[in-house]
This record gives sequence, structure tokens and C-alpha cells, in this order.
Amino acid sequence: MVAHAEIRVVHRGGSKINFREPVITNDSRFLLCASGESVKVYSSSSEECVHDLQGHTDLVSGIARNPSNHLQVYSCSADGTVRLWDFTDGILIKTFIIGYPIYSIYVSEKHGGVVFVVVPMANDKSSELFQLVAVHLPRSGDQEVEARELSAVLCDVSPSPGAASFGREGEYVAAAKGLQLEVFFFKKQKPYRFFLKPGIKKGSKNAFTCVSCHPKEDCIATGHADGKIRLWRNFNQKKEYTYSTLHWHHGAVNTLQFTPEGTNLLSGGIESVLVQWRYTQENQKDFLPRLGAAITHIAVSPDGSLFCTSHSDNKITIIQSCVKVSAIIQGLVKSEGVRTDLMIDPRSKALVLNGKPGHLQFYSLHRDKQLYNLDIVQQEYINEEGLDQFEVVKAAFDAHGDWLATVEERRQKGSELEINLKLWAYDEQTQSFVLNTTVTAPHEDQITAMCFSPSPETTMLVTISFDGHFKAWLLGASWSCDFVGGYHLLKPGCCCFSADGSLLAVGFQEVVTVWSPSSWELLTTLSQPPGAIRDLCFGRLSCSKYLLGTSTKNQLCCWNILTCSLEWSTPMDVSLLQADPLSENIAAFCSQSGCSDLFVFKPGEPRPLYSQRALCTGKVQHAIFAPRDQMLESCEEHAQWLNRSQLYFLTQHMDLMTFSTKTEEDRLLASSKRLMVDNSVAVTPFYLLLGKHRLQQQQQQQEALTNPMAERIQLPQGSIAIKELLYTPAHVLPSASFLCSMFVRSLLISSSSARPEFNPEHPVQELELCRPPHTGRVRIPILVYYRLHTIYSSPHTI
Amino acid sequence: MASFKPTKIPIYPKLGEKVTPDTLYWKNYKAPVQIKEFGAVTSIDFSPLAPHNYAVTASTRIHIYGPFSQEPVKTFTRFKDTAYSGKFRSDGQLLVAGCEDSVVRLFDVSGKVALRVFKGHTKGVHVTDFTSDCYHILTGSDDYTCRLWDIPNSTELTSYKEHTDYIRCGTTSKLNRDIFITGSYDHTLRVFDARVEKSVMTMDHSQPVESVLLYPSEGLLVSSGGRYVKVWDLLKGGQPLVSLKNHHKTVTCLGLSSNGQRLLSASLDRHVKIYNTTNYKVVHNFDYAASILSLALAPDDESIVVGMTNGVLSIKHRKSPEEKQEVAGKQRVRPVYRVFVKGRNYVPKKDDFFVSKPVKSHLAKYDKQLKRFNISKALDTALENRKPDITVAVMKELDRRGTLKNALAGRDEQNLSQLLNFLIGNVVDPRFTPVLVTATEMILDIYQAVVGQSSVVDRQLVRLQELVEREIDYQQDLLEVLGMLDTLFATSLPRKEVPCPGSSRPNGLIPTLSH
Repeated sequence: MVAHAEIRVVHRGGSKINFREPVITNDSRFLLCASGESVKVYSSSSEECVHDLQGHTDLVSGIARNPSNHLQVYSCSADGTVRLWDFTDGILIKTFIIGYPIYSIYVSEKHGGVVFVVVPMANDKSSELFQLVAVHLPRSGDQEVEARELSAVLCDVSPSPGAASFGREGEYVAAAKGLQLEVFFFKKQKPYRFFLKPGIKKGSKNAFTCVSCHPKEDCIATGHADGKIRLWRNFNQKKEYTYSTLHWHHGAVNTLQFTPEGTNLLSGGIESVLVQWRYTQENQKDFLPRLGAAITHIAVSPDGSLFCTSHSDNKITIIQSCVKVSAIIQGLVKSEGVRTDLMIDPRSKALVLNGKPGHLQFYSLHRDKQLYNLDIVQQEYINEEGLDQFEVVKAAFDAHGDWLATVEERRQKGSELEINLKLWAYDEQTQSFVLNTTVTAPHEDQITAMCFSPSPETTMLVTISFDGHFKAWLLGASWSCDFVGGYHLLKPGCCCFSADGSLLAVGFQEVVTVWSPSSWELLTTLSQPPGAIRDLCFGRLSCSKYLLGTSTKNQLCCWNILTCSLEWSTPMDVSLLQADPLSENIAAFCSQSGCSDLFVFKPGEPRPLYSQRALCTGKVQHAIFAPRDQMLESCEEHAQWLNRSQLYFLTQHMDLMTFSTKTEEDRLLASSKRLMVDNSVAVTPFYLLLGKHRLQQQQQQQEALTNPMAERIQLPQGSIAIKELLYTPAHVLPSASFLCSMFVRSLLISSSSARPEFNPEHPVQELELCRPPHTGRVRIPILVYYRLHTIYSSPHTI
Repeated sequence: MASFKPTKIPIYPKLGEKVTPDTLYWKNYKAPVQIKEFGAVTSIDFSPLAPHNYAVTASTRIHIYGPFSQEPVKTFTRFKDTAYSGKFRSDGQLLVAGCEDSVVRLFDVSGKVALRVFKGHTKGVHVTDFTSDCYHILTGSDDYTCRLWDIPNSTELTSYKEHTDYIRCGTTSKLNRDIFITGSYDHTLRVFDARVEKSVMTMDHSQPVESVLLYPSEGLLVSSGGRYVKVWDLLKGGQPLVSLKNHHKTVTCLGLSSNGQRLLSASLDRHVKIYNTTNYKVVHNFDYAASILSLALAPDDESIVVGMTNGVLSIKHRKSPEEKQEVAGKQRVRPVYRVFVKGRNYVPKKDDFFVSKPVKSHLAKYDKQLKRFNISKALDTALENRKPDITVAVMKELDRRGTLKNALAGRDEQNLSQLLNFLIGNVVDPRFTPVLVTATEMILDIYQAVVGQSSVVDRQLVRLQELVEREIDYQQDLLEVLGMLDTLFATSLPRKEVPCPGSSRPNGLIPTLSH
């Protein structure tokens, strides 16, 4: 596919932010979290992403503050490097190459110049055994350093970062795995091992899940799979160690953390309650309930004022001193399955899919940020394993985004399926959807598909269910069921409205029935056995006479609705058909030998517009065309299908991918640069410098307007600008384009001020006219020229 | 930290209860004023003159009340026996009343002593009325006669003895001075013309007639007797137009709303029904505490006055538009001045920062228990609730949490019988069946070991079993009927051929019936 090199498949947003424990900076202003292959820096007050630290080439597996410099952090990644970042400016300072995939990182204040990382025992990724090693970071000025000085501390540790912790003043490290707790004392260079019996009743319920060491005293807290917390003391002896047990959690303790002063112990689990235990008064505890989803990590700021909890629904909650939730950073929630499929909200152009349980999330693709969650089920969510909860399974928007239809269902063992169809009206005032109508048990069985009629006159919804019926719901004074249809008691699987809403196609297993929604007459039936119909899709615009269908027996058929005959068919295992709402194009994802291929074609033309083999591994089940807010003008033929809308798809591993063209990337790059300059205005040292120049410039302009002579009177001040330009470090200077004109003008002045000496009898007015030829005479000092040159060609623009 | 989401109580649609302009109009009355009379209130009549006083005949007295007074403006007590049918003349100056002692008395509204006394009837007079020329009086008596009297001379003009039973109602025409209509317990209505000897029209109501009413146009006549209200077309020679049977006891009196659009009927069954006079459908209904004997409407429906057998007179006044606003904008009762004076005169400055109080959400009792995961207590509080939909919603919520079985378990006899009582009452309600069937099964699972230990619980279980059996039979019958209907519909629908390209096999279309 050399010809298509300009179109790339890229990751676009929605990565996990709850993968590892977030880190709060010393001043509590920023929050850093590992997100895919980058580290994201969030402002802890505004929830905005400030920087995206990119550089790692594989999953980032841990972040740790640099104890010797509070403006720097270490990050480690599965690509075998540890990188040191300046997070305020978002600059990569150093890269240490370890050479082994790293699973977690620990630092300790007592161990300067050393980081502890967890790497596999054998140097292959499949290894199941891990060890904790100390890495001596070489002091060297180079950007990339190889750190080869590794010394093993503990063998056979868990790769999970919560399973090891450094004790009081870095004297010992505690690591837990399975039923064993191992404490290694650095002074004695001696490990102590403590074993727990496997629970008598239920196998491995006693297993350790997490460890945290008290920062001031010799105490280790361990969390267990059965919800118990044990506090270990006297562990510097083999025999006479003691432990006490705390029990509140009913599920496994996911994470434990001591506050920096050691006065409190925080714990969290599936109950989504943050529990704060008083140290030494363990029967007193505080709770912060209903945090939304199971707590996976807890982090505490170094001054103890901020806590933050990561949750299983890709969310980070920032809590002020265990009482008040002050901010929530929410990523794209990707639960086990995207049951609602991907949709685009016609109003906000946001990507819509089911998010946390019982909710529908609206996710802005352009800003890579969750806009809001719509509570569909409106019930208290019980965080408990093994409960049958209501799930949002289908959702659909009408053409203008005025109505939203959702289906929620709850399947309980040995009980009837509970289904609710809800219709939400868009409220202009609150700018969100408001529940209008609830239909309990709209069908007797699962609803398989649902779509709104695109016709502008009527608001009609069609739902299709396994009970063999499809129902049309019509909005009159209120919503009511308009028609119930079926065909030979076959189970319908999919439905599609034609672009003008005059036809409804419903696939009943092998037969496609075409109905007229105005009279509810069955117009025709189309069938192409063998194979049940899997997906149906009408053509748009000039191709609206075509109906496309895919069948389970690997066939893609195209019928002409006018003649009611098969136009063409091709053997293809199409897993997904997706029509572009803004053009005639249709995207078909095919799965072939474990990989997915993409074909983009127009129903009327036999040749595909674009095809890409081996897009990703596994089947693509969800894709959507998102309209662009600004049309691209690409002239290459094979990239034109991306001009109006962008194709997003979800891979089997729930990665949100998209296709990007070269022009688009260029534009993105340009806009990000522009954005950065704007951002830098807010930073104080920059602002001081820049603001001064701005003021000067404005004054000059004003004076220039009132008095054309003023410009020349102010001549000597230009040299200050030059001085500033030359003697301030390059990385704190404003952008060169901003300084250049001012700088050049300042140079011009010096020559024109000398000019009257040459020609004293020349009138002033004429001077203005004959300036252009004189500019040639200006001699830019060679040093200045050099500086300018470096600024312009520097890859690092501020 | 999200706030606790309370249990969702589903709203079930109520069938047949719609808000119509009529309900709005007839609900727009204030709470009734109740006045206790000495005996059953047999008649109420409004004065046609402006402030529209009304005469209430009860026992041996006639009270005249002002439109808003609760004390009688005037009282006539010169009756020797029970008085009947106090009526105003069309100029509002004179009042006539019959009496059980067969004497008819005519009063001046401002006087006290009877101006004229008409003697001649031999039994109690239940019907009196003025003719439209104001000079004559119509009376109807239990001696089966009705008579016309001259007021100036106080002499009897004519007597008709055509009825064969008590005459208990009658009315005069407002357009013609000679025509009047009487109704009698002999089941007939007779129309008389004073210029001829005999009645000119006879209609058979087939029930003892209790009340008659003429439409303002006098083309239609309404009569009530027994449980029926009948409308007759006089212009077609007394042809029956409609027969209304909306009460389940004798209809005692009739009334017309002042624009003639609505007909009111009051009955011993304690209801007042309001009919639309174009289609004769009941548009509204009032309930009263006791059997109603008399009813009258003030001009423009300003008030509805109803007299009952227990001697209570109930007066409902229409809400005036200003009062309506007043109710809407009525301010809450504030604390007393002394309590509230602190900081009262404080005027916030421009750059003051307003700290808003956090809104505290109030949870229902069962929600408070659910929030604390006290499941048994939550179920207990929900069972105390009178509304079954709330109880069922809580049960459903417990079931969703997987804790319904725990909540149902561990109950003593009293608690269990309370629970079973609830189930017996609601398990066959189609709105609650899905949830309650699960709960019933759980109860049977839990308590089957202790069956036979308590007679109360056993009796209830037997009742529950009977109930369920009956319901199953009923459902079976319904399904049979549905099957029959389906066959009927399927045969009556024409089969339609659907064009199917490339296939000679015809596609039969069986559209499923809409539910």
C-alpha cells in the first residue's frame, strides 16, 4: 500500500488514565498520570490537560517524583527506558535506557541517584517471574544514557506497582506476592519472609493484594483479597512478628496508602468507598461513599492536603482532605463491550457510547475530553460483584438531535428480561436531554436494533426485537405505538431507513422486507439465500436507490430498489457496514484471517475508492463517520473520501483509531503551535517579558499615529530590545516571529537617525519616501544575524 | 461523591381520568360552607333579583339567606306543620309556600305575616309556583289535585283532578301564563293549559316523578323519578328524547346551569351529576355527605346550594379570579417580627459574595434505610406505606440489589401475615405481578419449613393459593377469547400478494394485529 502512504491509521484519544497510580506534584497544582504511551499532566484545579509528555514508544508503566528536584518526574515504560521530565514546561530532560521492559518504578529519598524498577527475570516478555532491581542512574550530560548498573534487590515479586512499598526513610522495602510478604532491609542486606496460611474455607482468599509502609514508624499495612487489612509490626525478627487485622471491605482491598504524616491509612476497593482509618485508633474510620466506580489506586499529595483516587471507569477523582470532591478528570469509558455502538450527537458532534454503568457518555473527539454523562437508568448503582444491573444497550438520535431514544435492559437469572425504552427530548435551556417518556416492556424480548426516521415531517422511531415484531413509535401529542409488524414470525435482525425516510428496510433472517412508513404496507421482499442478513444500509444522495445488505454467509449484496432486483453481489465477510451521512461513500470492514480490511466504495460504482488491508488484528465491530467541522481540501483521489467526515473505529482491544491524511496532520501541527504561543502568555516570566514589549509596541503605534515623527525620537530605546533579545536565554524568549519585526525596526532606526547628517537640507517628508533604498545599507551585526537564524531554524518553538 | 439516587417509583397511567374544561370549571369552587337546618331541606329557591338571596325550606320554617351570609337574613315561621316549596315571584317581592296542613301562604319578602292564605286543598301541598303574569299561583297537593289561585282575590280559579297519586312536583311556563306542568307519583307528567278543561299532554315517566324542569326555550322538558332522568321533546308532542340512568338511587331534583349548557341532577345516592345538554354525557360529578333532596344554582353559577336529608345545607361559592391569584401568590407564614428583625434591614452591597446554602435533599423513610443498606427495615417502612406502588418499587429495588430474600427472611408471625396480606391484595394486579410473584416464591421457599405452625399464616396461604388458582383460570379464559378473536380477524382480512422478483413463490403477508 505504498500509494496510500498519506493516509495513516492513528490513535486518537480515549486512552486509559487509570492504568497506574497518578502522582500529585509537591505544590499540589498538577496531577500526572500514565495514559497509553504518554504521560498526561493535568491541572488539579481546572481538570484541564496542561501537557502531554510524549516520547515513550510503549505503554507507560509508572511515574515517580524525582526526590531531588520537585519539578521533575521519572516515568518508566515497557519500552525499557526511564525518562526524566520537566513537567511544568513539558520537556524531556533525560532518557535512561535500561534495556528490559519495566513494569513499575519506585524511588526513595534516602537512595539518591537510584531508582528501583521491576523487570522480568529472564529477558523475554513472556517471563512470568519478576524481580525488583536498583538502577544507578549515571550522571552524564547526554540526553540519552545507558544505565547498565543494575543490582537485584528482591527476586520473585509481583509486577503490580501496589505490591511493593518503601518503608521508613527507605530503610527497608516490603513486597508481597501470593501468600508471602517479603521485607528487605538495606542495612542488613537481609530479607525476612512471612507467610500466611491459605484461607481454610476458600482457597486463596488470604492472598496479598497491596502493601503500604508507614512513613514514620515501623509498620506495614497489607491488603488482602478477602477484604481484610493487616498491620504488621516487629517484622525485623523472624519469629516474634505481630499483626492486627482490620476488616471493613467486603470485596478485595485494591489499594492502600498511608498519608505522608502517617496519621491516616486510606483504603479502597470495589465498594467505591474511600475509607480513612486513624492510625493507632483503627476503630475510628471516615468514609467517602459513592465515588462512582471501584477504586483502583489512591495517591496522596506530599503535603497531605489532596487525595486522588483512580477508578475502574477511567476516572480520577481529586478529593480535598477526605471530605470534598473538588475535581473529576474523566477519560473515555470503555467498558467490556460497546453495546450501544458508536454514535455521533448531531448537535454537539460528540461521540456517544455507553459509559459507566447505566450512563451514556458524550465524548468530544476534537478536544479528547468527556463532555458529560447522561444518566439513563437513574438508579443507585450498587457496587457489588455478581449483581445483574441495568445496562444501556441501545441508543439512537434523530436527525436533528432533538430526540434521543435509549433502551436499557436487565437480565436476571430465572426471571423475565426487563426492558425499558426511554425517549429523551433536548432541552434548549439546560442544554441537555430531559426524560420525556418511559415505555416499560416495549417488546417481549431483547431489542436488536433501533433507528429514527430521517424524514423531517414526522418523528418516528422503529424498534426491532427478537420477539419477531418491529414496532413504530410515533410522536403525536405524546409518544405512542403506531404500528406493529412482523413477517412469518421470523426474528428481525436489523433495520434501516432510506435517506428521505420514505422506505424502511427490515431484515428478517434471510429476507429483507421493504415497508412504506406512511401506510405501513409491505412493498416488497428481497432475499438472497443462503445466510441471514446481518447488516442493512441504504445508499445516500445520488446512490439512494441502492440498498446494501451483508449476510452471515459472507456475501455483500446491493439491490436496486427501483427495479427490485439484485444489482451486484460479492463474496466478502463484511463485519460492519457504515454509511457516511455526508456523502455517497460506504465503508465496509471485512475480517479475513484474523485481520480486518477496510473498503470504501460508492454503491453505484464497482471499483472501491479506497482499500486498506490488515488494518488491525481482530474484527472491527464498531465504527462511525464523524463529520468534520471544517472541510478538508485534499485533491488526491483516494483521500477524498475523508474530506467531509472522518472515520473512527474501535478495534477488538477497544482502541479508538482513526484515519488521518497528511494535510490534516499538517494543519493539526500548525494549530498546536499556535496554541502553545497563546498558552505561554499565561506563564508569568514570559508574560513579564512579552507584556513589556507589547506595551511598548502599543505605545509606539499610538504615538506613531498621532505624530509620525515620534518613531524616530524614540530611537535609542531600540537597543534595549536588542540587549534583551541577545542576553535572555533562548528558551524563555517569545516566538521569533513576534520579536523579529520589532528587532528589525530597531535596527533600521539607527541608520535613519544617522541619515540627516548626510543630507541635512533634505525635508523630513521626503525622507519617508526615500527610505526603502536606504534599508539596503543597514548592516546587521553578524552575531545578531546568527541569533536570529538559530531562532528561526530551531525545532523547539515556544 | 455523588448523591444517593432515590428509589424510582414508576408512574402508572390512570385510565379515564382526564382534565377537561368541564372539570376545571366545576372544580373552581371554594370549600363548601355548611349550615345546619332544623330538618331535611326540601326546597331551595334563588331570588331573581340582585343580590340573589335564596329561600331554604326546611321543617316548619323558611329561611332567606343572603349570598354570602351564613345567618338567615329573614325567617318565616308561621307554619303549623312542615313547610314545602318556598318560591320567589319573578319580581322577587313575594314568596309562596305550601304546607303539610294543606294551607298555602303568600308572604311579602319584607313582611312577617302572610299576606294571603289560600285554603281549599284537603291534604299537604308540596308544589307551589307563580305563573308568568305574576297574578296567579299554581299549587299541587297530595289530594291528587292541582289548582290555580288568583292572588288579588285569594280565590281558587280552576282545579284539575287528573292525577291518580300525590303531586310532588310542578312548574309553570315562563313564556306563557296559562301553561303549567305537573309530575305525580302516578308515573305521569301532565301539561295543562288553564284555558281548557283538561290536560293537553300526558307523558309516562314509568317511575314516581320527583322533579320536573323546563328548558329556558321551553321546547324540552326534563323529569326525574326513580333512578332515571328523562328528557322529553314538547314540540314533538311529548316524545321521549333521552333516558339517563347515571344514579343508583332515586333522583330527587334537577337544575340547569345558567347558560343552559349543563344539566344537573341530584340524588339520594349523595351525588350530583352534571350532564352536557348536547350529548347528555356526564361531564362532572360532585360527592356529598348525605342524600340530597334539593339543589339550586345561583345565576351565572356563582354558587351551588344543596340541601340534604340530615338537614345540612351546603353552599359552594365560585372562586373569584382575584382570589385565585391571591392563593397562588400567597406568602408563607413568616416568623414573628421579633425573631426575624436581626439583619432584616441589611442591604447587600455590590461586591458582596453571596454564599448559597447547600440544598439538602430529603429522602423518603425507606430510601434512608436503603441508603444505609438496612434492607429489612426498608421493606418494613415500605410496607407501612399505604400506596402499593411504593411498596412494590422498594421490593423491586431490593430484588435488583439481590437482597430481597434476606429482607423477606426472619420475620415473625405478625410480620409475615402483614406481608402475606399485602401479597393477597396486590399479587394479581397486572402492574405488580412480575415483582410480587418473585417475592411470593421467595416467601414460600423461606417459610415452607414452618408451615402449619401458625393458623393465621396458614389461612392466608390458603387464600393466596385460591387467589392464584382463580387468576390462572381467568387468564386461560382470556387467552381462549383472544384466540377466537385472532381467528375471526385473520379470516376477515384479505390476503394480499406481494411482488417478489425472481421468485414464483407467493409471499403471504400476515400483518400482526396492533395491540
